[in-house]
Amino acid sequence: MGKFSRDALRPVVLAALMGGIALPAAADELFYVAGGVGKQAQHFKELVKPWEERSGHTVTLVPMPQSSSDQFAQYRLWLAAGTKDVDLYQTDVIWAPQLSEYFVDLSEAAKDIVGEHFPSVIESQTTDGKLVALPLYTDAPALYYRADLLEKYGKEVPGTWAELTETARLIQDGERAAGQGDLWGFVWQGNAYEGLTCNALEWVKSFGGGQIVESDGTVSINNPQAVAALELAASWIGTISPRGVLAHKEEEARGVWQTGNAVFMRNWPYAFALSAGADSAVKGKFDVAPLPAGSEETGSASTLGGWNVAVSKFSTKQEAAVDLALYLASAEAQKRRALLDGNLPTVVALYDDPEIAEAVPLIPRWKEVFANAVPRPSGPVKSKYNEVSSKFWSAVHDTLSGKGTAAENLELLELDLTDLQGSGW
Amino acid sequence: MTDPIAGRPGGPSLRQRRQRAAFWFLAPMLFALLCVAAWPLARTIWFSFTNTTLSNLYGGEWVGFDNYLSMRTLSSGRVVWRGTLVDPAWWNAVWNTVRFSLISVGFETVLGLIVALVLNAEFKGRALVRAAILIPWAIPTIVSAKMWAWMLNDQFGILNDILLRLGLIGEKIAWTASTETAMTAVLIVDIWKTTPFMALLILAGLQMVPRDIYEAARIDGIHPVKVFFRVTLPLIKPALMVAVIFRMLDALRIFDLIYVLTPNSSATKTMSVISRENMIDFDKFAYGAAQSTLLFAIIAVFVSAYIWLGRVDLGGEGSK
Repeated sequence: MGKFSRDALRPVVLAALMGGIALPAAADELFYVAGGVGKQAQHFKELVKPWEERSGHTVTLVPMPQSSSDQFAQYRLWLAAGTKDVDLYQTDVIWAPQLSEYFVDLSEAAKDIVGEHFPSVIESQTTDGKLVALPLYTDAPALYYRADLLEKYGKEVPGTWAELTETARLIQDGERAAGQGDLWGFVWQGNAYEGLTCNALEWVKSFGGGQIVESDGTVSINNPQAVAALELAASWIGTISPRGVLAHKEEEARGVWQTGNAVFMRNWPYAFALSAGADSAVKGKFDVAPLPAGSEETGSASTLGGWNVAVSKFSTKQEAAVDLALYLASAEAQKRRALLDGNLPTVVALYDDPEIAEAVPLIPRWKEVFANAVPRPSGPVKSKYNEVSSKFWSAVHDTLSGKGTAAENLELLELDLTDLQGSGW
Repeated sequence: MTDPIAGRPGGPSLRQRRQRAAFWFLAPMLFALLCVAAWPLARTIWFSFTNTTLSNLYGGEWVGFDNYLSMRTLSSGRVVWRGTLVDPAWWNAVWNTVRFSLISVGFETVLGLIVALVLNAEFKGRALVRAAILIPWAIPTIVSAKMWAWMLNDQFGILNDILLRLGLIGEKIAWTASTETAMTAVLIVDIWKTTPFMALLILAGLQMVPRDIYEAARIDGIHPVKVFFRVTLPLIKPALMVAVIFRMLDALRIFDLIYVLTPNSSATKTMSVISRENMIDFDKFAYGAAQSTLLFAIIAVFVSAYIWLGRVDLGGEGSK
């Protein structure tokens, strides 16, 4: 029986093998790794469909955890091992200097389209003249607020952090007295990870406390403005923000907000479309504004975020992979992404697109915010960025959870960073 | 006349031939162990004396003990010490690990013993209960950690909800976030998960205890508590000691649970977590290798001390 079936199968196998050889060599199957928030993973198929139809290739999304620190660790392992299983990587805006040696230089392939994008984004992805990755979307966080509650209490959208503290407190107390026991004033990302670096950098910068390490490489974090900023943030814990905010990442904060349990939320633009979705408890009750300022003079600061696509130099299908990267960064794909997920385009012209303005009103308003966004110090500190960021978020997390005062922790941080800097970054 | 045991004069004795055969039967396993245990260990130790980075694994240069401890004199005359041995983050991790291991293994041993004693008694449906109690151990750590992360969630978690409704807490506790409760949260999950394993090992020991001893004790009218401390405990002590060693080895290198539940909290970072962080996240591969080597040394010291103190008979010689 066994022998019979094997003989019977032989022509079938042969035919299948020959068929495989006869197929056009161009039909590659690509693998794309990306972490994501919201519904990005579900929307990916829809996003790449036009490219798949046009090129005949197929692409499979390999989803990763939402924490960008976790993604980075996994990518570094794969790249150090030279894996051929992954062709394209979705990379955070801060990774280009650290991972540049593993990726294909895209400056030649993309020379016709780089002019369409914001120059600052292209610059952030260029290391030593090499274009490491192409931008997919950019990010600058927003202050989400409950318009209905602000109106009910006759309050303006807060312009400074101090005003936000006061308004949040007032509404929280009022609503709780009215029986909304689970309502909190302000939710944000306080878990000890890259997201806290973004949040804290915004407080410090908007108070006029610099950006941790300045672009010339000097460690600037230990100053009175930064201390004041962290002291204000620490005062939120347990008063207007739940103690659990110290374990929140983007999605946990959105969970509290979208179930109608927060007056204010600091989050990235992706949360806009989801908060306006049919299953959202805050649908039609909220709006967004730029983040508050430290004071009238210092202005507000938003951390520059954003994601890019890079082609692995270990990929065996580089031609198709570069083509996909060009498509994903194109105005066509960026528009789809804006409409599907509410992500901010990096193609300048899309900010004037009427269809996008209609579907995601946030986007045209965000051009200004984005233009003033503050970058994390990944440029000046180069390969030590992760350690700098980790030391910074640890110092902030300690301060917020009451382990030492802001002044002590920042002084220690300055010492650590100066040690880390050694003779140069 | 030849002695059949000694074999032919001049040839190998039966004993020698048996030993040789045994060696060949063991050879594949020894080879596998060499590949998956001895070689990586030796390589890690070697890395710890070099300046290897993850992006350049084969180009590391020998730097001696610099990753462990090095002294530099600045131009100002100030002397600075560098290296893992003076790194406060490392010693915090060591303290976290030791604290975690002692508390978790302590609780698991006591609870495991209680569960094992219950399961050792005759009652209806015992087979079913024995199978059911193993479920926490059977669930992959990553799944149970995620599951508990949701149950411990401060806003939506069921644990806070239950405690609030019972009036045991006044406000929602942020279990995994606040530095005071993070370790407690990790301990709760670990004890929940590993007590069944402990119970199973102790149960195996309990079933070796001859029943007639208990009957004799009952006829003599000895109080059950006294029977437990005078009869049961001494007889299961070897099994108990082995179980504790197993758990201790496991607990000292705890990684997965903490990495998922409280990844970056300095209150729960253990030696394994901090070593991985240096190797992968911070691109300080050799520094992380030095911490791994120290972790290995600390575990070796712990286990040797425990075996020496408890005179544990791991070779099984005493049973002959």
